[in-house]
Amino acid sequence: MNWELMWDSVPTLLRGVPVTLQLVGLALLFGAGVAFAVALLRLYGNRVTERLMAAYVFVFRGTPLLVQIFLIYYGMGQFELVRSSVLWIYLREPFWCAILALTLNTGAYTSEILRGAILSVPQGQIEAARACGMSRTLLFRRIVMPVAIRQMLPAYGNEVILMVKASSLASTITLLEITGIARKIIAQSFAVFEVFIVAGSIYLLLNFVASRLIRYAEWRMTPYLRARG
Amino acid sequence: MLELLSFGPNGWGGQLLGGAAMTVAVSVSAFLLGLVFGSLGASAKLSRSLALTGVAEVYTTVVRGVPELLVIYLLFFGGSGAVMAVGRVFGYEGYIELNAFSIGVLAVGLISGAYSTEVIRGAVQAVPHGQIEAARACGMSRWLILRRILVPQTLRYALPGLGNVWQLTLKDTALISVTALAEIMRVSHVAAGSTRQPFLFYTTAAVLYLLLTTVSTVAFERAERYANRGVRRA
Repeated sequence: MNWELMWDSVPTLLRGVPVTLQLVGLALLFGAGVAFAVALLRLYGNRVTERLMAAYVFVFRGTPLLVQIFLIYYGMGQFELVRSSVLWIYLREPFWCAILALTLNTGAYTSEILRGAILSVPQGQIEAARACGMSRTLLFRRIVMPVAIRQMLPAYGNEVILMVKASSLASTITLLEITGIARKIIAQSFAVFEVFIVAGSIYLLLNFVASRLIRYAEWRMTPYLRARG
Repeated sequence: MLELLSFGPNGWGGQLLGGAAMTVAVSVSAFLLGLVFGSLGASAKLSRSLALTGVAEVYTTVVRGVPELLVIYLLFFGGSGAVMAVGRVFGYEGYIELNAFSIGVLAVGLISGAYSTEVIRGAVQAVPHGQIEAARACGMSRWLILRRILVPQTLRYALPGLGNVWQLTLKDTALISVTALAEIMRVSHVAAGSTRQPFLFYTTAAVLYLLLTTVSTVAFERAERYANRGVRRA
């Protein structure tokens, strides 16, 4: 074990943290939007949107993320149509390709979590709201969504951790986030274990913070479950 | 363009099929290895020994909290060194190199095992304690209880969770392509590079993976139905 090298690799690896955080943060943000739209189209749309969205979820949950990343990064550029479009400014950047792949991936998984949560809202609460004279949108905004979001938080916490780990695949398309930097240091110094320990600890720390944040959100959203002080 | 996917001398069909076979081989081996790790991990977590629970806890926390790619790099760059170090302890001074297949199976098996540990632990705990007591009251030995009461029921409870682990394992094998093992992803990458048709080949890869995951979903559904054939449903 080379302690000196291990210590020296810490600041270098930490330089990858902002990239990882950007990837995860943006993908989760956009992914939440995708998930919301997909879940609504599946639950309240017509038969066509329902089928289409089910197909989207099926494809993105059934294939490895690596295939999705490669398909977007290498596959899209093959078409003249894509290369001459305005979107090419984004699609030629590995960063935005990674964001797109991660977004579509987490969108598919999260839409399933959200759909399950919406379906689990007790029917009695919806009936009660309707009996109070709430319109469909008001009912959705005030009753269904808050209850569903509370319900989905534990499962969403897992998804966030999966995303932190999945962001490491961005290194395969030349992005230098934590794993990309780790690979580079390993290739230069062959200090496999030292680098693994440092990079692994950074990821564990990120995941620990993420799970704490989710648990805090859960705690904030369930005041009625706490003992009255 | 479809000629590129044919089985002829100009097509990549044969190689892609070989890649699919390799993916299945790595997945099955890694899943089975993961079941071994998972059973060991679960029994360690359920044991009364503080040291064993500690080791198992560290194993599942680290492997589940660190990206799969990092675990694969660890074994890819450091696996042979670690094996040689173990060999040196036993007095073997020669050079040992693990091939890409064993590294892949070991890495994905290690990851799969961490998830299996949790699934199996939950399933063991789901077996009602009264049944163990009843078996003990009948005079069954510990092994007989394990064989006749615990394992059959644990398998049934664990099946849905293990189905999820299998899907994860199958998809994780795509990451093994970084070690140049000729599975679906690697073959597609090479084919995409030499034919300049990345879209075609990565789409083919996606279809192959979809086929594999769909078939396994059906297989696990069947297995679950078979395992639950004696269970009354509400």
